[in-house]
Amino acid sequence: MNKDIQKKTKQTETPQEENRMRRLVKKVHLETKELVLLQILIGVFLLMSILSPGRFLSVYNLQSMAYQFPEFGIFALAMMVIVVTGGINLSITYSATLSSILGAVVLVSLNNLGVPPLVTIVIGVLVIIIISIACGALNGLIVAYIGITPMLATLGTMTLFEGIALNITKGGAISGFPDMFQWFGNSAILGIPVPLLIFVLVIIATYFILQRSSFGAKVYMIGCNPTATRFSGVNVRKVLFLLYIYSGILTGFAGIIMASRYNSAKESYGYTYLLQSVAAAVLGGTDISGGFGKVFGTVVSVLILQVISSGLNIFGVNRFITDVIMGMILIVVLTINFVNNRMEEKALLSKKVVTA
Amino acid sequence: MAQNMFLRMHNVSKTFPGVKALKNIDLEVEYGEIHALIGENGAGKSTLIKILSGVYQPDEGAEIIIDGVVQKTITPLDSLKRGIAVIYQDFSLFPNLSVAENIAMVSRVEKRKKIVNWRETNQIARSALDKLGLRIPLSKTLSELSVAKQQLVAIARALVNDAKLIVMDEPTSALSRGEVESLFSIIRNLKEQGISILFISHKLDELFAISDRFSILRDGKYVGTFGEDELDDDRLISLMVGRKIEYKIFEKRTLVDPIFEVRNLSKAGNFKDISFTLHRGEILGITGLVGAGRSELAQAIFGLNPSDSGELILEGKRLQVNAPEQAVQHGISYIPENRLTEGLILKKTMSDNICLTVLKQISSRHGLIEKAAQNKLVEKWIEEMHIRPNIPNMITSKLSGGNQQRVVLSKWLATDPKVLIVDEPTNGIDIGAKADIHQLLRDLSEQGMSIIVISSELPEILAIGDRVLVMRRGKIAATLDGKNLTQEEIMKEAL
Repeated sequence: MNKDIQKKTKQTETPQEENRMRRLVKKVHLETKELVLLQILIGVFLLMSILSPGRFLSVYNLQSMAYQFPEFGIFALAMMVIVVTGGINLSITYSATLSSILGAVVLVSLNNLGVPPLVTIVIGVLVIIIISIACGALNGLIVAYIGITPMLATLGTMTLFEGIALNITKGGAISGFPDMFQWFGNSAILGIPVPLLIFVLVIIATYFILQRSSFGAKVYMIGCNPTATRFSGVNVRKVLFLLYIYSGILTGFAGIIMASRYNSAKESYGYTYLLQSVAAAVLGGTDISGGFGKVFGTVVSVLILQVISSGLNIFGVNRFITDVIMGMILIVVLTINFVNNRMEEKALLSKKVVTA
Repeated sequence: MAQNMFLRMHNVSKTFPGVKALKNIDLEVEYGEIHALIGENGAGKSTLIKILSGVYQPDEGAEIIIDGVVQKTITPLDSLKRGIAVIYQDFSLFPNLSVAENIAMVSRVEKRKKIVNWRETNQIARSALDKLGLRIPLSKTLSELSVAKQQLVAIARALVNDAKLIVMDEPTSALSRGEVESLFSIIRNLKEQGISILFISHKLDELFAISDRFSILRDGKYVGTFGEDELDDDRLISLMVGRKIEYKIFEKRTLVDPIFEVRNLSKAGNFKDISFTLHRGEILGITGLVGAGRSELAQAIFGLNPSDSGELILEGKRLQVNAPEQAVQHGISYIPENRLTEGLILKKTMSDNICLTVLKQISSRHGLIEKAAQNKLVEKWIEEMHIRPNIPNMITSKLSGGNQQRVVLSKWLATDPKVLIVDEPTNGIDIGAKADIHQLLRDLSEQGMSIIVISSELPEILAIGDRVLVMRRGKIAATLDGKNLTQEEIMKEAL
């Protein structure tokens, strides 16, 4: 009986048809969005180099870029991991600055008390990481366990973190760290800037957690369909909670780099990165409705945006015009993505129904 | 004859991706007729109504004539303008607005009124209620009314819109006996005014009390239209359930080794005082009408919808199940009824879907997925379940219904469950694949797996259920031995 049915199913699927489907799947694999992004990156890099050879390709400019984009890149990854779940984390920059401000208070006090710099810095960094974990945990609690929409939840915590930070700083910046603290933001190992090294570590960690681990597999599935994921025996709340904590830790790293680079801590540092992070994640192929998105794409997009903004800066283009151009690029890319998806869907619908 | 027909639907078919929901349906409703549309769950009644109301477009070749006008296509607005009003089970009213506003809403929208004219609103509502001979305070907020009164408001709203055919989907399901009587007198009153009623219900006595003619659907096909005098209960049931589908009937077994026991399980509003025992290697069928609490019960056992009270005992041990992950740990698996939204993650690949329940198995100590182990597992299940095409990276939304269900089965069989609960396992898949899945469930049970099959399709229950548990209104109506059981016996307990 069983074998008869097996034969029947086999007969309905001719070998040609199977080959065709195989090819279809392969083709999709080759046309990865990442490849296109990489080409765009090379393209804008060459364009900027040609338009402004002396200055764009100067050691000074390349180095200053290498110190600038890691903090942006880390924010973008902190944002991207949450966007993959179908959510958004609006609190990233204020979570970073609140952590670094509390860390700064500790750094300055211990420094003034005459504690050895190394001990001060270790304690200060620990404080920053712990506070960023707490910020992430608060987000996770509200989103995963209370069930408030991520956008509203993180809008709330964003305001909360900003408010607490302002109460500590009274609107000013906190400075007076041990000199050694600048190592995180302003020095290099074997010519490679430390912020860049931290960013590379963050990229590797995020890649393994999101794209290689069983935890990451659950994250992607939750982003596609939380109900079906829950029906599959996955503790969706726990996964979301932990992921918000991870996003929080990343903001802590960004906070350390920023505090070190500016040698101070202030609540407004990095706030322009918030929406740019969303832009980088989406430009990198992360689906804003969740379920899809890769570390590589996000990182390449960060580089693309950085190259464009540095390039425009070198040409002397007004900062505000740069914003206009960035906004337009984003809209164009999103429109192309949207139209592409629409056409794919239409093609799918018009296709004949395959029955087993 | 044709002149008497308000509605003529001819050769109406509807295909959804992977399944043909309606096949060449005919339906004719006369002016001033009370017409019953009946069929089992999933027979295609709702789909047909949705075509009539313009929600779905029929496949090519359908002929629809409403009030003498041939309709090439129907949009929801066309349907309204032609005088078709559908009153869904939830009435689609606005609970926060007043009775008058609810009744006058449609005409207000239709006239594109930007400013509310209260006098006109009240007038419209008053005259509609007068037509029905009803006295309901116009200014009352809808949510303050009883369900029966809300339904009457929905009917009044249909009248405002000049409805010539009112479709009522299970209108009596939430009404008391007296309320049903008054609803019926209103329906008869409408009939006097020349308004046609298309009545959808499961309650046979009510159908016979009010209907002029009966149209019967079965498995998306049109069985026929009969006058009231041509039918009785038994004939109607046998026409509804039919005998066309012939599954292989497996030999029924009597098993004695209890493995899983449900004791006095209750959940307010869902089910009450459910007790049964599942034996090792047994297939227990659970059936009943939609809303009898079958899926709610299954989801309670699986921890999705934890029960208020009662006990679950697996292999002599009392279980604590408040979340699906606990159920999975204990070896209970649940394959949900809705494959597309609950069973599968459609945008992801077969491989992703199959592995989701067994990520631990294919991961290293550090929680990293081992590609080789993943591929091996996925290939094993594709092979074992004959999933076609056998491409692990195929997006599951592109598979046929039968193959999708095999992916869902694989995903759960991979967890090696002791108790497997399958909810409507062959819903929306074609007949060959159905038989395949029956055989598979039987094979699994012979290997010692204990299986609960929930199905509204009686031939399916009869084919594979060693015992059959019939639920009615949240309670167990009967536990029947699968040997020599007939559809009629089950139906009598379920209704």
